Amino acid sequence: MIEFKNVGLVYPNGTEGLKNINVKINDGEFVVIVGLSGAGKSTFIRSINRLVTPTSGSLLVDNEDILKHKGKNLRKLRTKVGMIFQNYNLVKRTNVFKNVLAGRLGHTGTLRSIFNLYSKEDKALAYNNLTRVNIEEKVYNRADELSGGQQQRVSIARVLTQTPKYILADEPVASLDPPTSHQVMTYLKKINKEDNITTIVNLHFIDMAMEYADRIIGMRAGEVVFDGPASEVTEKTFEEIYGRSIREDDLRGGAQE
Amino acid sequence: MTTKNSLTQSSMPLYPAKTKIQVTIIFFVVLGIYTFSMIWTQDEMVGGFGGALGNMYTVIEKFFPPNFTILPTIWKAMMQTIQMAIIATTIAAILTVPLAVLSAQNITTLKPLYYITRTFLNLLRTIPDLVLAVIFVGLFGVGVFPGILALTVFSLGILAKLISETIESVDMNPLEAMRASGGNVFQVIWYSLVPQIAPQFTSLVLYVFEINIRASVVLGMVGAGGIGLVLNQHLKFYNYPNAMTIIIVIFATVLIIEFISNKIREALL
Repeated sequence: MIEFKNVGLVYPNGTEGLKNINVKINDGEFVVIVGLSGAGKSTFIRSINRLVTPTSGSLLVDNEDILKHKGKNLRKLRTKVGMIFQNYNLVKRTNVFKNVLAGRLGHTGTLRSIFNLYSKEDKALAYNNLTRVNIEEKVYNRADELSGGQQQRVSIARVLTQTPKYILADEPVASLDPPTSHQVMTYLKKINKEDNITTIVNLHFIDMAMEYADRIIGMRAGEVVFDGPASEVTEKTFEEIYGRSIREDDLRGGAQE
Repeated sequence: MTTKNSLTQSSMPLYPAKTKIQVTIIFFVVLGIYTFSMIWTQDEMVGGFGGALGNMYTVIEKFFPPNFTILPTIWKAMMQTIQMAIIATTIAAILTVPLAVLSAQNITTLKPLYYITRTFLNLLRTIPDLVLAVIFVGLFGVGVFPGILALTVFSLGILAKLISETIESVDMNPLEAMRASGGNVFQVIWYSLVPQIAPQFTSLVLYVFEINIRASVVLGMVGAGGIGLVLNQHLKFYNYPNAMTIIIVIFATVLIIEFISNKIREALL
């Protein structure tokens, strides 16, 4: 369970990233955070694995306040909370298998990981996760030989290899075309259901949010302005969240039936 | 609206007036420095280029034909020079890794540490290789060992600077991903930084190796072993045909090594 209690974040330049956030995310939920760029979606998600550090309030992950975490505790938190990025963030010159095994870093000692001494189980897990996202035939290809959608699938396999309890996805489909976007979201949803991994996704496409989310949290100017089940959400709700009428480019389109 | 906009834009200058004035001033200052230094050096040059052409004839007469019979005896010294360069480059390449990482602003976020290593490297680079050789020859006596030390320190300065700049230009996204998956500093560096800089690292090490071959010839002249030492002896005894052979051997060696390392670099990048 993730719990934001009066969380605020002021960046060193004075910008307020988060304002008095109070949100509770239950285990197994598939939450989509929506909002315009600059609304604080990224800051919200990155607070949970402390890629950014909120400046006030408390943030509980499994009833532990993570805002004071440092060094070893912080790395332990990060092994538990996996992350997927907009630009996939793979090491381009390294092959797919090693990129996926990098998900084990938090579980592996420094020397073992430097000399590639991964256990049989770790390697089996990594390969198995590649098959789960149907990319196992590219196992020895270099990451930069893959298309965007394939790279994002590898990054999903990497995050699965981490065996996380939570997955954060920061605009995972913003650099992809509509069909590939739906494919990636379908994988995320499937993993959420099958492994019961709590998943929090940032999106700005409202049709995708409505299609995949269990629960939608709307953000504007660093504040949570909407929080409710996806079934209750209509276009009107989005107009309220965005503070303007819905436009063509707020929709991804190309939904798979 | 749009037509009016594009009309005003087409009559607008490409750069603001302030930038234009600045660039013009800089241009004339640089031109002034050139003119000044040209006048200055002309005063200092005795006889100008005419004299040099006259001397050229004497030089050629003295140096030619080269005496190739000494080839077997200088071969060993040439190998020694190459060995010096290899050892010095290898040691420098190893030592450069921690220094380059510590002096890269994007990896070493701890400001004091960054400034200390950066300043240390800057100081290192201000010392000319000849001065280093003179110091080490003074400390350890004439031979190969001071030569290796001088080359190591000299190439460390260049290499660490070049590689830290390479590190500063890498894609930070994979590093963020490794950090987010719970990797510690060493794992983050090994998994996401090393693969990104490995080709440039190899290329720069080869480049510094070439520099070291040439530098070791010069260093030999102040007593730091290798072919330079032999060349210096022959020049001192006015044995110009022998010296010419040595120069040709050095020339050929440098060309071959440059050719090989260029081929390797092409394959890497």
